[in-house]
Amino acid sequence: MKKKRTYSKRSLREATQGYSFMAPTIFVLALFIIGPIIYAFFLSFHKVQLLGTATYQFVGLSNFTNITDDGRALRALWNTFKYVIIVVPIQTLLALILAATLNAGLKGQSIFRIVYFLPTLTSSAVLTLIFMWMYNQNGLVNEILSAVGLPTYNWIGDPSVALIAIMIMNIWATAPFFMVIYLAALQDIPESLYEAAELDGANAFKKFIYITVPNLRPVTSFVVIMGLIGTFQLFDQSFIFSGGSGGPDNSTLTVVLLIYQYAFKSLGTMGYAAAIAVMLSLVILVATLLQRKFSKEESLY
Amino acid sequence: MKKKLSIGKAFLYGILVLYAVITLIPFIWAVSSSFKTLEEIVSGTINFIPRNFTFDNYKQIFLEQELFPRWLLNSLIIGLAGTSLNLLFNSMAGYALARLSFPGRKTLFIIVLAVLMIPAQVTMIPNYLILRELGWLNSYQGMIVPAMINATFIFMMRQFFINFPKELEEAAEMDGLSRFGTFFKIVLPLAKPALAAQAIFVFMGFWNDFMRPLIILSDPSMFTLPLGLNTFKGQYISYWNYIMAASMVFTLPVLLIYGFFNRYFIKGISFTGGK
Repeated sequence: MKKKRTYSKRSLREATQGYSFMAPTIFVLALFIIGPIIYAFFLSFHKVQLLGTATYQFVGLSNFTNITDDGRALRALWNTFKYVIIVVPIQTLLALILAATLNAGLKGQSIFRIVYFLPTLTSSAVLTLIFMWMYNQNGLVNEILSAVGLPTYNWIGDPSVALIAIMIMNIWATAPFFMVIYLAALQDIPESLYEAAELDGANAFKKFIYITVPNLRPVTSFVVIMGLIGTFQLFDQSFIFSGGSGGPDNSTLTVVLLIYQYAFKSLGTMGYAAAIAVMLSLVILVATLLQRKFSKEESLY
Repeated sequence: MKKKLSIGKAFLYGILVLYAVITLIPFIWAVSSSFKTLEEIVSGTINFIPRNFTFDNYKQIFLEQELFPRWLLNSLIIGLAGTSLNLLFNSMAGYALARLSFPGRKTLFIIVLAVLMIPAQVTMIPNYLILRELGWLNSYQGMIVPAMINATFIFMMRQFFINFPKELEEAAEMDGLSRFGTFFKIVLPLAKPALAAQAIFVFMGFWNDFMRPLIILSDPSMFTLPLGLNTFKGQYISYWNYIMAASMVFTLPVLLIYGFFNRYFIKGISFTGGK
């Protein structure tokens, strides 16, 4: 681009074209993204009543300070935290193992890849329904467990296992997606590294630990943080699983489900819901910024 | 040495086959249940091949549940319209950010990048209030307009157009095509691979979306399939044969699209790196 002091006819025309091309984007950004972000902060400091016309009453920081006295909010936080720290490592490890196995140059890997990919294509609503059907009291999961002599559970109704049931389902559903990201990264590891290791007498396991895993570090950081962002936002599955309640006994209540309930299912708590949403977004934002930082380091290296 | 290698291979195949079985069992179980009679469903025996194979569950959901075809139609309308608008607007924005110079371009690009990091939860409540003010709750436009652009794909299209040969456009301009003419007749047709990957992801996003319709749509006749399916479950609480049949109808279109566009799909993931 050449710098010009005065606006020539051409650059004026190009500017008009630029804005016409950007117009739909600017419209949506302003009305449904940037505007709402500002609005969300506004809401989080107000008590909102939605009868007829919305009314707003300024309440300062109380929406934020109330979170610490709210048993259900603390429970939702605890559930979400538990969910995140259990699901993220397991799904990452599973994705890595599957990708490495698929990448080993065996026959038929494209068929395996297609099969593994099925859960990624299927909607969370359908997957949750299929698993609820399998988690039935005398459903497939319990039948298989009892057939091999393991204890059975009331997966949907027992507060001590309901969240675990969702964890199993989501690890199963999400790992293949990250596997594809790992697969792409595996292709970029130079073959010469493996050849050199082979000359040094390294076996397959050693090659995996000393070459594959370290070379995948940047991708792993990406996968972990994408996983964190995704798991923090758990909603569909626990909503459908519990019929929107977060039950049994609040055991599947997540932060986003709680936001939904306070915003749309009870009166006068929309501002409070907005405050929780702002807090959650800040957490996710920090995670995302960390990811950006990592991917910058990656490009340096 | 050779023998050791084949043991290793057998082990790897073992892992692959085992995980394929783990992946397939829920789907096969769902498909099989959708062809079973209710008696067979409640009997609680494990048989993957239905004893009395029947299409009645599918007939039931299409004929007796009059809203089901409507939900399918709503999902198609919202998905197809939303995807078309996304393809058009994301490409236009990506092109402008890559090729046209206008004041504020850099700022807009930074905003697009920043939007990539904004989680949906923070805009969820304000968007509901805005749509309520506009009278767009319970409407197709309420579902489509706020999602008719996507920052991820604007960014992707920008990257695509930056590497796009300029000469073709200059030649078109010489031939007297306007900027819009060049864009629609020369640039877009050549962007087909990027558009295909984008189309699949955007369509799947609309098709599988649960939270937005849950908030925006309250009238059952406006429901999309995921939402319909959820109320369906409440209505037919122990008729898992119907629920599974409905789930399969819901899943089939995406599987077909995937079958046709498999290679774009994998490419698309490396483009976006995010669901």
